[in-house]
Amino acid sequence: MSALQFIWFLLICVLFVGFFFLEGFDFGVGMASGIIARTEEEKSVMLDIIGPHWMVNETWLVTAGGAMFASFPMWYASLFSGYYIMFLLVLVGLIIRGVSFEFANHAETSRGRNFWYNTFVLGSLLAPLMLCIIFFSMIQGVPINAKGDLNLGFFDIINWLSLVGGIAGVLMSLIHGLNYVRLNTTGILRERAENLNRFLYPILFVGEVVFALLVFFQTDFFKEKFVSSLIITLLIVVMSLIGAWGVYKDHEGWSLVGSGLSLSFVVILIFNGLFPRVMIATNPAHDILIKDASSSPTALKVMTIVVCILLPIVLIYFIWSYLIFTKRTPSHKKVMD
Amino acid sequence: MLSLGVSLLSLARFQFAMTTVFHFFFVPFSIGLGFIVAIMETIYAVKKDEIYKKMAQFWGKIFLLSFAVGIVTGIIQEFQFGMNWSNYSRFMGDIFGAPLAIEALLAFFLESTFIGVWMFTWDRFKPGIHALFIWLTSIGTMLSAIWILAANSFMQHPTGFIINPQTHRAEMSSFAEVVSNPQLWKVFPHLILGAFCTGAFVVVGMSAWGLWRKQKDGVFFKKSMRFGLWIGLIAAIGVVAAGDLQTQEIVKDQPMKFAATEGEYKDTGSPASWKIVATFDTKNHKTTHEISVPYMLSLLTYHKTTGSVKGMNTLNKELKQKFDNNKSKSIRNIKNYYVPVNTLFWSFRFMAGFGFLMILVSILGLIWTRPSKNTITDKRWFLLVLGLMIWVPFLANTSGWLITELGRYPWIVYGLYTIADAVSPSTTVGQLIFSNIVYFLLFSILGGVMIYYARQTLHKGLDGIAGPSATDNVAINSDPFSKEAFN
Repeated sequence: MSALQFIWFLLICVLFVGFFFLEGFDFGVGMASGIIARTEEEKSVMLDIIGPHWMVNETWLVTAGGAMFASFPMWYASLFSGYYIMFLLVLVGLIIRGVSFEFANHAETSRGRNFWYNTFVLGSLLAPLMLCIIFFSMIQGVPINAKGDLNLGFFDIINWLSLVGGIAGVLMSLIHGLNYVRLNTTGILRERAENLNRFLYPILFVGEVVFALLVFFQTDFFKEKFVSSLIITLLIVVMSLIGAWGVYKDHEGWSLVGSGLSLSFVVILIFNGLFPRVMIATNPAHDILIKDASSSPTALKVMTIVVCILLPIVLIYFIWSYLIFTKRTPSHKKVMD
Repeated sequence: MLSLGVSLLSLARFQFAMTTVFHFFFVPFSIGLGFIVAIMETIYAVKKDEIYKKMAQFWGKIFLLSFAVGIVTGIIQEFQFGMNWSNYSRFMGDIFGAPLAIEALLAFFLESTFIGVWMFTWDRFKPGIHALFIWLTSIGTMLSAIWILAANSFMQHPTGFIINPQTHRAEMSSFAEVVSNPQLWKVFPHLILGAFCTGAFVVVGMSAWGLWRKQKDGVFFKKSMRFGLWIGLIAAIGVVAAGDLQTQEIVKDQPMKFAATEGEYKDTGSPASWKIVATFDTKNHKTTHEISVPYMLSLLTYHKTTGSVKGMNTLNKELKQKFDNNKSKSIRNIKNYYVPVNTLFWSFRFMAGFGFLMILVSILGLIWTRPSKNTITDKRWFLLVLGLMIWVPFLANTSGWLITELGRYPWIVYGLYTIADAVSPSTTVGQLIFSNIVYFLLFSILGGVMIYYARQTLHKGLDGIAGPSATDNVAINSDPFSKEAFN
């Protein structure tokens, strides 16, 4: 494995971390809008607090996909064709929620607006659920042939770990989203978000224990890399504890950091466990390794130069775009007509 | 594989065509309208004339609609290379992935950040600064087009690569060559000007419908219409000129594509005559009926009255010879290199015809909307024509896209890799039927809803632009980490 290959493996990991941290709360706000927002006015506030950001947050996923294609074409090809229906459902989720922002704004009738509020909720649930099921199914070892093509049966995709992982991912996103609501609104929405999180955090801790046990038994993560896997698993829990502490002590900022980082460490757990592979096969001879899956040294070099130039610039205006929207939206805003 | 009589390959091809064609309605739409809105807002920032602010806001609403649908259908494109064309991704990832990733970093981040900022900050920044946000968005959409075309141009005319003999994959040998692909720099002006036409005629056509209904916003729509007509005229002349430049490149790189767009089976004499209409016997590779103009094809191709064009029959033989000794068995087994001639022939005539129609209509429109004698509202028939012109650039864009993509059959990467080899081997016919149905339903709904809301926005006119944005929220300044924040 060359240094560049290693750097790109890290970079893909960073992009997915960025995606889950940022789009995690977008998804969460979406799901939460189906639970804590009761009036149209409140639903509209939920849409508005992520309105300026959701598109750029989703760009992290688009970039992760593009970077994966560019740096590890074998991984990209195997993963996306293997989980065909699952990725189709991810796309359906992203599409119906993506259009809901603009369509809800344009809808004139209450029925029309409600329809798009509902697709917002549904899409925000579907996309992370399917993505997490894909990831947690993938790390258990799946049937891969010598050419790198996956041949998945139903139970390769849907099993205890992928289901619990999927639900845990959704729950963590929801909590993360609720923390974002607490930070960005005032009034009844903020109260409800806080109350719901007080209720959800204990459930999450139970879920994390079950999840950790399943990872222990269903993957080789703890056999191959006991120390690092253990540390990362503990960090997931510690970050959740920080998030919970922020809820009980009324520190929204810390809650958001905690819930975001716990999601981030889930991604890191996966990438740490995968290393030095990118896909784990049931037959170890067919594992797809970083050193075999990557693009040529020339392509990686070109891409590295491009990233070194562009990423800092992107980060500057990305952060700036968040800084100009640091105002809280009251739960009772004026709605059109 | 043969259940229901459809193959994996044909389903994957149909799906790719459906998803890209649908996505490509919104790409030129967004690029064009974004650019136009940016100009409108800049004029407002300079002249401080409120009507230009209203124009930017009103057409901005339509822009946001198209942008939303464009962005969600764009995600499909990125994923489906892996989902449906995994062997292609393996073969080409080295070269194809790089422009895609750069597109995301350079263009997507730019447009998606600043469109969000632009939407929500009308009342927070000075007009000049706020106009900058829409410019950054607009530049993002154009940069995105460059990188997608860079990837596509490689598929049309591969440059800057070597085939690794061990892995049989295309590997990048020179990034500079990939980016300086002559196809890219010929197709980009054509596409971008086509996009400006699209945006312009959406503005023109919708304004015409607004005037048709005798809205109280007559002044606004007249002004918008004239604005759109000017951009439409300039862009339409440009798009024809750029198309001519591009043709010169295609005659060299992909003579089969060119011969098919002109419907020439046999080599033409010199001077060559140009077929206005024709029918073809695709089985026996013959032209059955035609009406043609003498000298015209030589003129169009070489810009002089002499010169012959090679026919598809000759080209087919040449290509067969060329690839007879190819190492790849699947390439050796290709029976013939004919492309879908009917589609290409008619697509070209639609595209070119619509190009000239747009020029003509723009000129008439500009004459009848001139400030000294603005009689446009008296000419109901012409308003109707303008209203229908909305659809023309979309049809022209799609035709152009069909020529580009179908014209390289049976190749996915010209001369290197076939479409048949590219498809994902692990997907099943059932999965593809399911995804085709899902996409079809989604697109029907999205397209329908989008048109419905655009129409509704139009009927509401300027009353609608106060809009449900965050502008009417009473916001409270706060630092999330301070104690005072929680009151």
